[in-house]
Amino acid sequence: MSASDPLASSGRFPAGRMAFPHRDLTGIGHLQRHEILYLLGEAEQWVAFNRQSAKHADLLAGLTIINAFFENSTRTLLSFEIAGKRLGADVVNMHAAQSSVKKGETLIDTAITLNAMRADAIVIRHASSGATGLIADKVDCPVLNAGDGSHEHPTQALLDALTLRHALAERGEGAEDFTGLKVVICGDILHSRVARSNILTLTALGAEVRACAPPALMPAGIEAMGVRPFHRFDAALEGADVVMMLRLQSERMSGQFIPSPREYRHLYGLTKHRLALARPDALVMHPGPMNRGVEIDSEVADLVGRSLITRQVEMGVAIRMACLDVLTREARGVEGWTA
Amino acid sequence: MKQARPLAITDARLVTPAGVVSGALRCGEGMIVAVGADVCPQDGDEVLDAKGRLVAPGLVDFGVFAVDKPAFHFGGITRAALMPDQSPPLDLPSRVGFIAKSGKPDLWVHPLAAATRGLAGEELAELALTQQAGARGIATGRRWIADSGVMLRLLQYAAMLDLVVVAHAEDAGLAGNAVATAGEIATRLGLPAAPAEAEALAIARDIALAERAGARLHFRQVTTARGFALVRAAKARGVKVTCGITPAHFMLSDLATADYRTFTRLSPPLRSEADRQAARMAIADGTVDVIASGHDPRGPEDKRLPFADAAPGMAGAETLLAMVLGLVRDEVIDMTRAFDLLAGNPARLLGVPAGELAEGLEADIALIDPDAPWIIDRRKMEATADNTPFDRQGAQGRVLGLWKGGVRLV
Repeated sequence: MSASDPLASSGRFPAGRMAFPHRDLTGIGHLQRHEILYLLGEAEQWVAFNRQSAKHADLLAGLTIINAFFENSTRTLLSFEIAGKRLGADVVNMHAAQSSVKKGETLIDTAITLNAMRADAIVIRHASSGATGLIADKVDCPVLNAGDGSHEHPTQALLDALTLRHALAERGEGAEDFTGLKVVICGDILHSRVARSNILTLTALGAEVRACAPPALMPAGIEAMGVRPFHRFDAALEGADVVMMLRLQSERMSGQFIPSPREYRHLYGLTKHRLALARPDALVMHPGPMNRGVEIDSEVADLVGRSLITRQVEMGVAIRMACLDVLTREARGVEGWTA
Repeated sequence: MKQARPLAITDARLVTPAGVVSGALRCGEGMIVAVGADVCPQDGDEVLDAKGRLVAPGLVDFGVFAVDKPAFHFGGITRAALMPDQSPPLDLPSRVGFIAKSGKPDLWVHPLAAATRGLAGEELAELALTQQAGARGIATGRRWIADSGVMLRLLQYAAMLDLVVVAHAEDAGLAGNAVATAGEIATRLGLPAAPAEAEALAIARDIALAERAGARLHFRQVTTARGFALVRAAKARGVKVTCGITPAHFMLSDLATADYRTFTRLSPPLRSEADRQAARMAIADGTVDVIASGHDPRGPEDKRLPFADAAPGMAGAETLLAMVLGLVRDEVIDMTRAFDLLAGNPARLLGVPAGELAEGLEADIALIDPDAPWIIDRRKMEATADNTPFDRQGAQGRVLGLWKGGVRLV
């Protein structure tokens, strides 16, 4: 266990495997609060590690990790690839964008094929909600969800939480969790897996989450997930500690959901002027890639000391290293982690 | 296969339109000869002692997607109305004629002809010719006719032919590519969802058009409180509207989809718990006329997929009777009404002389133990596929014997 994690050494977490008794990471929805905190704690050592000049460990030496991406991705794929390589694993990327993979049995067949190649962990991104869980049922190794449809993107939410934890600690506001923290998530909540995983993570850690979206992009019954819905961004921003912007797909800004990008910016763009409605030193986050000048203005995205956007990318590698480490402990025979 | 010898079933609890009576039933040459308390076997009859068990009409399953004899016979179904959603669709007299003869003699299939060519919702199919070929109704398929002008002309034409129009109640604009009902569960799962009002909108429009056309209109599945309210009100005004439901919608809510199990991917999708309760109320108060299986066996190529990519539908023929007997046990309905919903009303909608235990009708008879317990097990099903959302659920009520035209099948 990490020496840099004060919570771990305090004996707060159950011993060994009981600290994280899941084979897969398919979503935050399956996790208990202490399991989320455990993964965040485990990532701390890798944050420090990644800041060294020599960044290579042999923890996962000899293990094969397959990144099976059925949907295009640049940053998440790169982040997982770097995470696996820094831990010494053999990382293979399978690009199988939805267009080239026929539907039908192929998804399951692909899973069975990957399984037969004896992967030690499979990272999956797929355009359909629930696809990761479906594959997890068919393979014998740990499966990590790198985003399934509009369902979940658990490592994104974990890296966001880790980023926030660091930023708050630097301000002297660090605490065990996010109790009382007011977080606004604004954008296309309806189609966003990032929003769902973040809502689950932040509410589990005690934050007060406000979800802001135009009516057409707000899913029904979102209140049941423990958030307050807003349609007016200005109202949602009042007194907020953190503003988390979501990317809006350009095809949704051409009349179907939103009349135009400039109309979206008019109502939901995070401008410097609008950010002033939040707490004076409110933090700004975005999972990327950004539509600068649409959902977020450059002068906000680049605010030194307030914008955490590049920090999020940094934390992403550490979180993915922690997840790969924890999920392969059983296979590696780590003491206390074997069944 | 013709009935060789007259058959007498004695010591039976007979489900007749007038109620459940103890007595006997005789049939000969494929027809019911006598039924009632004072009926006695005659010389030369084959006699079967029902030992006080239920003897009911064979079920008339209104609106199935596949002809699946073993499943139908297991479930006590002797006639089935086949939806036009076949490949290719039932939009030509020749296809309808072929289907009309396809199940005989041990299962009668009553085709519901496609209302429009290719079920595309644009051009009317040759409805009078398909009627002549054996169509017993016209169906829009598992989709809504979006163009109100086409729907009105269809209803007027069907009224002239005195054919029932079987409609699918989901406003296509609202439903879009939805696979779930908007609400907490769909939101948590991140599934494309449509508001439940998509059903009420479609029903309101189609009732208005049917009222104007004077047509007989049947909604194969009504599943929401608002939908039932519209049908209830239209019936009270004297509109010739009827509606049905399948057991999934009065047994399950959208909570059953929470693990992305594609056997619960249905069309229309499963609704909220409040709507499920409204469905049970509507069955109790007479708003619902038909309970059907919607039998649609689907193999892994259609179902072992992510939820939104899977085909809708469930294999329901084997569990239909047990689910409806569950409503009797829960005192939602009585036994007589149960068989009105399962046999009498569907036969009337199709205009076929069947669905009741009455002299002069075809001897389509089921011998049923309404209390026999069993576990629904998808690995042991008779259907061509195992996609039941009720897997591993306990059920009560089994068919012990089934006769079609006096010939024993089970």
